[in-house]
Amino acid sequence: MSKLSLVTKGFVKDNPTFALMLGMCPTLATTTSAVNGMSMGLATAFVLILSNMAISAIARFVPDKVRIPSYIVVIATFVTVLQLLMQAYVPAVYDTLGLFIPLIVVNCIVLGRAEAFANKNSVLDSALDGLGIGLGFTLSLTVIGIVRELLGAGSIFGYKLIAGDGILVFVLAPGAFLVLAYLLVIFRKYILKNE
Amino acid sequence: MEYIIILISAVFVNNILLSQFLGICPFLGVSNKLSTAAGMSAAVCFVITLSTLVTYLLQHYVLDPLGVGFLQTIAFILVIAALVQMVEIILKKLSPALYSALGIFLPLITTNCAVLGVALTVVTKEFTFGGEAHMLNLGESVMYAFATSLGFGLAMVMFAGLRETLALNDVPKAFKGVPVALLTASILAMAFMGFSGLV
Repeated sequence: MSKLSLVTKGFVKDNPTFALMLGMCPTLATTTSAVNGMSMGLATAFVLILSNMAISAIARFVPDKVRIPSYIVVIATFVTVLQLLMQAYVPAVYDTLGLFIPLIVVNCIVLGRAEAFANKNSVLDSALDGLGIGLGFTLSLTVIGIVRELLGAGSIFGYKLIAGDGILVFVLAPGAFLVLAYLLVIFRKYILKNE
Repeated sequence: MEYIIILISAVFVNNILLSQFLGICPFLGVSNKLSTAAGMSAAVCFVITLSTLVTYLLQHYVLDPLGVGFLQTIAFILVIAALVQMVEIILKKLSPALYSALGIFLPLITTNCAVLGVALTVVTKEFTFGGEAHMLNLGESVMYAFATSLGFGLAMVMFAGLRETLALNDVPKAFKGVPVALLTASILAMAFMGFSGLV
């Protein structure tokens, strides 16, 4: 597999949200606006790249039986690094995303890539894989965020496009399920074209 | 009285699945059959309550006195993973029937974000049950964890029931599987929105 396709496969073919259906909790919870969705995606990408690299480097020395716990500790370490960095440099973003930053530890995308890719590939390939999947996740979260913000508040990235109040339900919990359901149908029908 | 408010608020008003979006993976993954959904809920209920008790004590009597609160995430996930393993071993010995019923769900619970989510919530967030904002004490924390997992079970069982009926219906091709499940969840979440303002 070429280096470029390692990065680009995360956008459509192996898109973590729409094709693999992983990491649903942050996908639904943090996409109340385009900015929130994008920040969550980037935060996950940061952890994903670093944990992929570290795990691919140590995989040879980890006994098979304690593989999963060891990977979780590696991931939790990078999440703690991310928490401290975000608290120091972007406290406002950290406060909005709240609980979902520490919960990157139990995001199935991160552990999934460690198991499916990083533990049998080189450090560079694993970093590119993490970058691709991370950016694919960021892309889908941003798209969901844009749709919900446009319908719910009439703006995109904070720029008001439609005057007046939006349809509030799209910012609330039911809207998250609704928007994801319809985007998933559009993705399956027009982009994957397999159904 | 306070315990009743916690119960109602965690089960209906701030339902963990339908308004907080924690534990969505099992919600979508194992809700095809009512019986598996109920089994999963029982296992989650057990683990959430127990792990919250342990992590609460860990935070207040180990991490805080040592001044290493930032190790919270790492420490909690290790405790949860160990606890799930322990529960598995004990159940295998004490109740083989229950063990084989819950079988595959038990190891999955480690990566259920509801467990870590509740454990982190009770030690970081201030609540306003019955008067001014305060951190939960041990009893309230365990009650909150138990009530939250009851809410998890309620939403799981309702959703599984709906999906069982849904499976018999003719659904457009592109909507099959997850999309139609998400639409159902959306309607269920709208229904639960009716509870807001109750507490």
